[in-house]
Amino acid sequence: MATPKPRVKLPKSASAGEVITIKTLISHDMESGQRKDKQGNTIPRKIINKFTCEFNGQPVFSCDMEPAISANPYFQFSAKVNESGTFKFSWVDDDGSVYSTEEKIEVK
Amino acid sequence: MNISRRQVLALSAGAAVFAIAGSNTAPAFANVEETEKRIAEFAGGKTPETGKLTLTAPEIAENGNTVPISVEVESAMSGDDLVESVMILADGNPNPDVATFNFTEASGVAAATTRMRLAKTQNVLALARMKDGTVYMDKKEVKVTIGGCGG
Repeated sequence: MATPKPRVKLPKSASAGEVITIKTLISHDMESGQRKDKQGNTIPRKIINKFTCEFNGQPVFSCDMEPAISANPYFQFSAKVNESGTFKFSWVDDDGSVYSTEEKIEVK
Repeated sequence: MNISRRQVLALSAGAAVFAIAGSNTAPAFANVEETEKRIAEFAGGKTPETGKLTLTAPEIAENGNTVPISVEVESAMSGDDLVESVMILADGNPNPDVATFNFTEASGVAAATTRMRLAKTQNVLALARMKDGTVYMDKKEVKVTIGGCGG
């Protein structure tokens, strides 16, 4: 499978203290470990088990995932921004790989 | 050996019943007890209260592979009135765990949306734990047309 590509949508600017909505999506099969291939062998579980969002190094939101989360996990959540800074988003795969991306926001 | 038609029919009917029973028990679907256990662990001995927490899920999900769900908790998100985490459970999936959202003061609002898999028609439960230890619960039944497990 190709390297999962994270996509994040959030406003480019906000006023101080504003609560903004962040939408994230990452392409991933989220193989549940329940399915079987044509030979009847169980396909091993391979999912993203953790998602975290940080703002200027401070945790904002995180999520622990189980196989019941759909393929291409999507999250929508909120963040309160008091100053300009950078959001860091990370997804942790079962095999240990971490996919991350960053987005800047300007507070006027 | 001489087997009459009647005997053959009886045997095959028996075999068919056995096959159906066998396939029913093969995927170990989570039962309500398992879900109750998770609730008790999450609540830490407290009885979950209703109110404050709202779980939004469709009444009928055509495709159990992607069922949009949202949770929202009424909270000031500061001081003691802070939502620490929200756990989502599904009592008819092979494993009742779905996801746990962890919020902080920087979240601003305790609300999140995601998409989940549902194997069959079942209850989706959301539990929210506040900083002071209070636990809130909300439950929605989702009817599933096409299950989202196995293949």
